[in-house]
Amino acid sequence: MSDLNNKNPDWEVVIGIEVHVQLNTRSKIFSNSATRFGAEPNTQIGPVDLGLPGSLPSLNQEVLKKAVLFGLSINAKINPISIFERKNYFYPDLPKGYQISQFKTPIIGPGKLEINLNNNQTKIINITRAHLEEDAGKSIHDLIPYKTAIDLNRAGMPLLEIVSEPDLRSPAEAVSYLKTLHELVTAIDITDGNLQEGSFRADLNISIRPWGQEKFGTRTEIKNINSFRFAEQALNYEIERQIHILESGGKITQETRLFDSDKIETRSMRSKEDAQDYRYFPDPDLPPVVLDMSWVQDLAQTLPELPSQKRARFKNNYCLNPDEITQLTKSKEISEYFENLVKLNHEPKIISNWLNGEFLALLNKNNLNFSHNPEPIKINLFSELLHKIKNKTLSNSAAKQILAELFSNPALIKTPEDLNNLIKKLGLEQVSDQNFLEKIILQIIQDNPAQIQELKSGKEKIMGYLIGQAMKLSQGKANPAELKEVLLRLI
Amino acid sequence: MNNLTCFTLAQSAKLLAEGKISSQELVQISLNKIQQLDSGHQGLNSFITLCDPADLLAQAKLTDQERFKNKNNLNKNLDKNILDLSGIPIAQKDLFCTQNIKTSCGSKILNNFISPYDATIIKKSKQAGLIMMGKTNMDEFAMGSSGENSFYGPSKNPWNLAYSPGGSSSGSASAIAAGLVSIATGSDTGGSIRQPASFSGITGIKPTYGRVSRYGMVAFASSLDQAGPMARTAEDCALLLNILAGHDVLDSTSSTQPLENYTANLNKPIKNLKIGLPKQFFGAGIDPEIKNKIQDSLKIFESLGAEFIEVDLPHNDLAISAYYLIAPAEASSNLSRFDGVRFGYRCENPKDLKDLYERSRAEGFGEEVKRRILIGTYVLSQGYFDAYYLKAQKIRRLISEDFQKVFAQVDLIMGPTCPSTAFKIGEKIHDPLALYQSDANTVAVNLAGLPGMSIPIGLSEELKLPIGLQIIGPHFSESLLLNAAHQFQLNTNFHLQIAPGFGELFHE
Repeated sequence: MSDLNNKNPDWEVVIGIEVHVQLNTRSKIFSNSATRFGAEPNTQIGPVDLGLPGSLPSLNQEVLKKAVLFGLSINAKINPISIFERKNYFYPDLPKGYQISQFKTPIIGPGKLEINLNNNQTKIINITRAHLEEDAGKSIHDLIPYKTAIDLNRAGMPLLEIVSEPDLRSPAEAVSYLKTLHELVTAIDITDGNLQEGSFRADLNISIRPWGQEKFGTRTEIKNINSFRFAEQALNYEIERQIHILESGGKITQETRLFDSDKIETRSMRSKEDAQDYRYFPDPDLPPVVLDMSWVQDLAQTLPELPSQKRARFKNNYCLNPDEITQLTKSKEISEYFENLVKLNHEPKIISNWLNGEFLALLNKNNLNFSHNPEPIKINLFSELLHKIKNKTLSNSAAKQILAELFSNPALIKTPEDLNNLIKKLGLEQVSDQNFLEKIILQIIQDNPAQIQELKSGKEKIMGYLIGQAMKLSQGKANPAELKEVLLRLI
Repeated sequence: MNNLTCFTLAQSAKLLAEGKISSQELVQISLNKIQQLDSGHQGLNSFITLCDPADLLAQAKLTDQERFKNKNNLNKNLDKNILDLSGIPIAQKDLFCTQNIKTSCGSKILNNFISPYDATIIKKSKQAGLIMMGKTNMDEFAMGSSGENSFYGPSKNPWNLAYSPGGSSSGSASAIAAGLVSIATGSDTGGSIRQPASFSGITGIKPTYGRVSRYGMVAFASSLDQAGPMARTAEDCALLLNILAGHDVLDSTSSTQPLENYTANLNKPIKNLKIGLPKQFFGAGIDPEIKNKIQDSLKIFESLGAEFIEVDLPHNDLAISAYYLIAPAEASSNLSRFDGVRFGYRCENPKDLKDLYERSRAEGFGEEVKRRILIGTYVLSQGYFDAYYLKAQKIRRLISEDFQKVFAQVDLIMGPTCPSTAFKIGEKIHDPLALYQSDANTVAVNLAGLPGMSIPIGLSEELKLPIGLQIIGPHFSESLLLNAAHQFQLNTNFHLQIAPGFGELFHE
């Protein structure tokens, strides 16, 4: 999936993305109702969420804080005054008959996000704006035959809508943008980022134009994508569809389309002609939001290390390659685990090899990940394991075996003593005892006269085979480096 | 004291404190009068919902017992500065949400609506111990100036039953004028407290926008709506405003301006008070009889030491036009929630969603409400927004600036509340534009968010219908408005007059 190889020779792809990020506040944006996901339908609602007569919205200050944190994290213009407006339309899961959103004057102005491309290059994506709004409820059409059920638990959930410029030029760039943005908004803790639960949903605007043409082509918008894979599939499908239409002499209709993840295709939802007039006007129930800029400055001090900053630091401090850095900065938990091991005097490269290798494989095999289970293996045990490898008490292969045991029996092995007992029980302690090693090597010399001859005649390659045989004979307990020394000494 | 005796709020409080009357008696008198005067074809029709009499008397009994206990409990540290108003009947306009009791807003669409929560001012009234007799009639969603736009039929003016008591707080005005209760709440978006107060010969004050919480008040035009007290006297208005006013975290537009004790300054002399008389209020459109009565009342203020200055409100003529764009625009959006989905009226056997929306709203809303939804939807539409809504907002700002300039010169503004006295029921209902004109002197006050008040200053010669004087002040000057009105009422008795046949005011 290289950008360079995938370019269509005739058409340039132009993509802009709107992402709805559900903010992880405890109460809703305009009421004190709870925001817990998965509650019984219509149990997290009050007069305001129901749009009862006489009820009035009052802004949750926590929501402002999260929006400003995002603005700061993309170096955006923070607007000292922003205005909530009403977007008027009728729908059964929209209780008031209007959605409160920011229209002309959003809280966050232009900013920038740097994304990584596959060829290890980076690209700056311009972010037009980010604004606050409330979510609508949910219509459920397949619960009661011939009827629509409405769950208003989601009504009034706080959303930050992040709008990019049409700066993206391929599905791969779009996915990289989405992943980078997702990483950022979870790192600064403004959302739980849960894709399945809809905490991060994207609307993809896409058009194509002949290379060299300045004017954008007519675009379509693919709504409500909640997976990186779906985004890529939907965009690829839509590019093919648009190219096909234009190349057969047709015209693109400006419309909203839905992605069907089963059939991997997009379908028309409504065209521009059906677009409603939302009759936006400033919500008279909510005074303009006026930010105290010194509060904003204080907030900037609380911003955690951003993923981009962390990557740079990992590169400079630990001399790791980009792939390793990507893995080790995937979540706050894995980064912390890594850095705590560094503090315990282990080599960054060695830790990285283990974490990105056997450790990651075992995590995947056990359906675990760092985010959900911050310490799959207690750090002191893993550190002890690394020490034993370093001082040659354990061979690499023995260490792998032990690690697998730690994953499958976390309850049984809790202390370094438990670990030692396990190593003893499995007989995996690496032996450097010269008598033992000499005994094995002598046996190997006796059993492999031809190979020994080859070695003596200068065929170094055969060494690997001989040491392998010796290791087998020692049942993995011997230290291979020492074995090699003994062999060279004895022949 | 007989069956038709009327009390002011202050009188009731005093009699209760002295043990000369019980809350049960006050409630019983109110119930008797409502029974006798309010229902039936000849009735005033000032209540949409009357609370259960047995329940009301039980509440009254509880307050009587409480009062008795407190009187005998010398250790109880009662605040002497706050007059105890517990046990006194009040009527609430039917757009304030009340738990367990229907809140209809005068509309068929809410004929079945019972709010699961109390509006903030309902809570405050309950905390003060006031006993809610019922919910008063009103123009549907507070849209109207005559009370005729009510799904429950018009209320009548006690001074002449063929006439309107004004609107939209028609029932509250009618009930106080007839002495059914001494106090009631109203709401004022373009004059809906002041105009009915003027038509019905009572006193009413629309506080500064944001002084009284709007939480739980069914919204008409959110940037203009303001709840306030209606009563017989300025003193009673002050007592009730002390209960209603205050910041509310549930209403983001409610003010954090420190509260005043509105009765504290009532007795201050008003010597050297500078009063502005806008020439626009005394122009060609004014009924000469009203002009004369206003001049007479100003002479009384003059005799109390006030000075007059002619002032200019150059954009006042644009107020009605601006108001009838902004208010419907907000209303069209505010009324979207009445869609037949979650609460209120739903049409029978809807074919589909569109049919459900269209018929529920077509059958549930009355003519005037539909007219304003149409106007409001139109002016917010793409292509018309700038020409109508934005322009109206600009006029609104100019009107505000006019007042600011005037208040740099004067303390208060005075003029007629309405260009005419009450009109006959049915007289103007088919001519909406003529009806809108009756708001000519009141809407500018809402556009500027200022406090405004209407006090009775006498009756017209021939028809004997009440005439009202409007007093307007700068933001948060309620105390001064009430002070000036009270000083006037100390020297006149227009406010003590009760319509013939509706009993007379209690005298010790």
